[in-house]
Amino acid sequence: MSENWEPRIMAFVCNWCTYAGADLAGTSRMEYKPNVRIIRFPCTGRIDPLFIIKAFENGADGVLVSGCHPGDCHYTTGNYHARRRWIGFKNLMEFVGIDTGRLHFSWVSASEAGKWVDLINRITEEVKKLGPFLEYRRLK
Amino acid sequence: MPRVGVFICQCGNNIASTVDTKKVAEEVAGLPGVVFTCDYKFMCSSPGQEMLKNAIKEHRLDSVVISACSPHMHEKTFRKASESAGLNPYRCEIANIREQCSWVHHDRTKKTGTIKSIDLTRMTIERVKRSRSLTKIKIPITKRALVIGGGIAGIQSALDMADGGVEVIVVEREPSIGGNMARLSETFPTMDCSQCILTPKMVEAELHENIRLYTYSEVERIDGYIGNFTVEIRKKARYVDEELCTGCGECIEKCPFKSGSEFELALRNRKVIYTPFPQAVPNIPVIDARNCPKIQKNKCGACAIVCGPKAIDFSQKDRIVTEKVGAIVVATGYELMPNERFGEYGYGRIKDVINGLQFERLASSSGPTGGEIRRPSDGKVPKSVVFIQCVGSRDEKRGVPYCSKICCMYTAKHTMLYKHKVHDGQAYVFYMDIRSGGKRYEEFVRRAIEHEGSMYLRGRVSRVYERNGKVIVQGADTLSGSQVEIEADMVVLATAIVARSGADTLAKKLGIGYDRYNFYNEYHPKLRPVETTTAGIYLAGTCIGPMDIPDSVSQGSAAASKVLSLFAGDELAREPQTARVNTMTCNACWDCLTACPYSAIEREEVKDRRGETIRWLARVNEGVCQGCGVCVAVCRSKSIDLNGYTDEEIYAAINAF
Repeated sequence: MSENWEPRIMAFVCNWCTYAGADLAGTSRMEYKPNVRIIRFPCTGRIDPLFIIKAFENGADGVLVSGCHPGDCHYTTGNYHARRRWIGFKNLMEFVGIDTGRLHFSWVSASEAGKWVDLINRITEEVKKLGPFLEYRRLK
Repeated sequence: MPRVGVFICQCGNNIASTVDTKKVAEEVAGLPGVVFTCDYKFMCSSPGQEMLKNAIKEHRLDSVVISACSPHMHEKTFRKASESAGLNPYRCEIANIREQCSWVHHDRTKKTGTIKSIDLTRMTIERVKRSRSLTKIKIPITKRALVIGGGIAGIQSALDMADGGVEVIVVEREPSIGGNMARLSETFPTMDCSQCILTPKMVEAELHENIRLYTYSEVERIDGYIGNFTVEIRKKARYVDEELCTGCGECIEKCPFKSGSEFELALRNRKVIYTPFPQAVPNIPVIDARNCPKIQKNKCGACAIVCGPKAIDFSQKDRIVTEKVGAIVVATGYELMPNERFGEYGYGRIKDVINGLQFERLASSSGPTGGEIRRPSDGKVPKSVVFIQCVGSRDEKRGVPYCSKICCMYTAKHTMLYKHKVHDGQAYVFYMDIRSGGKRYEEFVRRAIEHEGSMYLRGRVSRVYERNGKVIVQGADTLSGSQVEIEADMVVLATAIVARSGADTLAKKLGIGYDRYNFYNEYHPKLRPVETTTAGIYLAGTCIGPMDIPDSVSQGSAAASKVLSLFAGDELAREPQTARVNTMTCNACWDCLTACPYSAIEREEVKDRRGETIRWLARVNEGVCQGCGVCVAVCRSKSIDLNGYTDEEIYAAINAF
């Protein structure tokens, strides 16, 4: 692993909270690590666990799922579905031997630009320590 | 082969200073299906939009990607421009290279920003290639509105809508409309009499040709969606035929039995057949079945004997009425937190400790004392009255953490009303802070303190107890740093405003959100203050949170204007971001039905030629579906997809990562 290696991180976020929070980080001219690529969903409840697997398959070294805080979901209960699904999925990933440091779940509201910035910086650092996700790519 | 056009915006220097837009355009030009790329200073300007339109026509583009600011900013702008050039607006997608790229990566060499912009644009291109043309969903609307709650907010809303030509149904759970405002004596800061300004509105609502009142009724069930709600209303048995009753009041006169008056908050008794107050609308009595010997034991029946038009009907039962409406305004109002929670203030134990609404009744000329301030225990005129503010409000431990907003003002009003009626009396107020934001509000409080001689003490009361017919109030005056003991004749508690009991049950029936205090959630507290996240359901007044009469009235009108603009067209055009079912593969496991937060999934029966059921299918009601996509992720057979966010589109974006 070279010193200059930079991880690639995929973020699946909901339109109403985290996407807007990430927008706010921009409007506030904050700065964070450029390793993340965001895909917008109406709600975290729309996120199929297969999307995460697909992201790893396509070269992601880390994946983040982030939505509205519990109780704040634009669609009332979508994020609860996401949370429940997440708990099961994470255990499954652990079972097959994937380092769960590559998988992150968070709540970032539309006003939490600072939290978003810290989150991305922290995840980037953490995934960088884990190195490239070669185990998965070897399977492909 | 797709024909994609890609437009990279420089946004002046906002994007161009950290992203080499030309390079982005060049890089993506080589992607399969991309037939046109360019970069431009301001895509959202009118020359920029013209350029987009011309390119769509000239290069026969079937989809476009705009790499620019956040879609929350200009998605609508560019979709509209695309549509005017003949492209389906849902085949235009935005790559966010400003808020989520150029503004957050400050690398002046443009390397970082350019790489990321290329990635984001490429992902969007792959996505847009799989996008589908969608058309807005048209829903017919029933142009009739339902108002739940006949207080001042509900009345105002109903009147405004009715004046706009809309038929309105008002459901009120008490026997008369008027709500809490009907209980008030005078109102701050103008000191005009509450009944004098309210009752004309109540009568207007009763007589309005477009308004139908269902008093002594409650909403039982609500089905449907924006433009098409079906409401079941329970008309509670009044035991008086509303058609026959003339409101003469003979029955009330002759009824020999009494019970505590709900309207007078236990300060007076009323007859068992009663109207809550003399100006009640409608002026039709109700029999309190629980306390009526005729209904309970088949004894008496005096009211029926004296009733000229034979309107009394002891056999009446609750009735369910079904109405169809297109929009709902919820204005269920507030009640006061039960004071019994605060034992140190002696409420319920000491007769002369009352709450603010009870004081309103004492001061009201139609109240139990005819407007004279007399204390409940022995009817004496109190010579000193202590008002305690923030009872339950701003008290996270035992009450609620929020400020009830109106108490500072009404307490100042109470001290004035008291002083105007008992000239030699002394009013004391224990307060935490005085919050008098509002037009002419601060001046009003200053008047109470400086001109009307009310003694304001900053501090909390620790104990209230009885001694020799007096109510002793012990507290702290934090400004002088001393302990105070006041021998009062009466104590008035400014109790916290809380949501109506049953507010949560109603919210569940309506499918709207509420907070931990059971106040209803606005769609957006600042920008959409009278809308809920459920389309077609609006809010007004204190069911949202504590507020005063002017705010409630404004919200009533605001909700009415929302309904009127909804009803302006004959059909409703909705964004087509809805789920759709693949009928070939759906195996009717109903996981989607359980998961859907909006009950938008219905069971559809498929029958053969002989009318026998051969299978079941899930069906999405497009009017109800809000497009969250929860059903898509739970579907085991992958039979549901979400328009605008299809699996195909998302996988394409991920694959282009």
